[in-house]
Amino acid sequence: MASVLPFIAESMADSGLPSHHADENVRTRFSWFLSGASLITSIPALILMTAHVGFAGFASENGVTLLQATFMVAIIWALPANIVLIGAIAGGYSLFGAAIAVGLSSIRLMPMVAAFVPEMRGPKTRKITLLFLSHFIAVTAWVMGMDRLKHVPRDMRTSYFAGLGITLTLTNTLVVAVVYVLSTDFPPMVFAALFFLTPMYFLTSLWGSARDRSVHVAMVSGLLLFPVIHSIAPAYDLLLTGVVGGIVTMAYVHLAKRSATG
Amino acid sequence: MTWQSLTDWWWPYLFILLAGWLPTDVWRFIGVFIGGRVSEESEALIAVRAVATALVAGVIAQLILYPSGALAETSVFLRTGAAAAGFVAYLALGRRVIISVIAGEAVLLCGLLLA
Repeated sequence: MASVLPFIAESMADSGLPSHHADENVRTRFSWFLSGASLITSIPALILMTAHVGFAGFASENGVTLLQATFMVAIIWALPANIVLIGAIAGGYSLFGAAIAVGLSSIRLMPMVAAFVPEMRGPKTRKITLLFLSHFIAVTAWVMGMDRLKHVPRDMRTSYFAGLGITLTLTNTLVVAVVYVLSTDFPPMVFAALFFLTPMYFLTSLWGSARDRSVHVAMVSGLLLFPVIHSIAPAYDLLLTGVVGGIVTMAYVHLAKRSATG
Repeated sequence: MTWQSLTDWWWPYLFILLAGWLPTDVWRFIGVFIGGRVSEESEALIAVRAVATALVAGVIAQLILYPSGALAETSVFLRTGAAAAGFVAYLALGRRVIISVIAGEAVLLCGLLLA
């Protein structure tokens, strides 16, 4: 935790204003940090916590200790990568084999972060701040950020996302610890309903976050392409869905532009 | 070297760092460098956003069509039907995310109770 603090200060002190405004500016940054943090009580954040309830059970079933499971959640911060890693541990994979499996499941974070950074950075944001904050970008924070960052003043966005991302990560780490200790058990129907919350929420919030038609085209192509690609190349299904869906979308963007100008 | 190769207390944590943290955050860091090179409202950003969006849509399809855990026991028709009902409710009833979640869950639970 101590190593995290300078970065928070950095992301809050990331300003181009003269020094006599600095006090006021730090206060404003802190209030944006807090308003990002307050999203922990939003529906999507609560949904993510329910997903981590399931993860705690999965970890303990596979012989991963409480401390190891919480360490995984905080340091990796991508639920699919964590599930793949535990699967690899349970399957007796070598270190290298496990790293390859996790790496394949995490490639999707690269285009997600690349699309997120131009949304989040301010005019004076330093690369080290972005590198630090990128750790907190996973699907839920990405969907929430793409939806809400546009309503935050440009130079306050890193502080806002720091509040959102760090709070989300720490809270879910805590959720895993508490559920692990209580070893809470629910009837399967409750788990089924909980696990269904995530895709249902993603489906409509991603649709609603779109500012132009290209996002809707990308979404529909991703949804339709995935089952087809999964049946052909299950190992690379997500990656190929992203690339082919991207190509379909860009073809649409060019056709739309041509018909608008011609 | 596997998870069980060493019995030292620190080995599982090193394993998590090398097999979990490193191959995950390295993609995020590469994403930061790519994102730093594309300018706002450029064609490249639209393309990157399209790939990312299609990918997240793929994650959604995966969670609905090929779920793990308790949801895997339910029928694929029930899950896609519930998701479609939630989405239609979202479009028809004022585009609020919470409405889609309630409608989708209602259809799913009714289906499970009737089955």
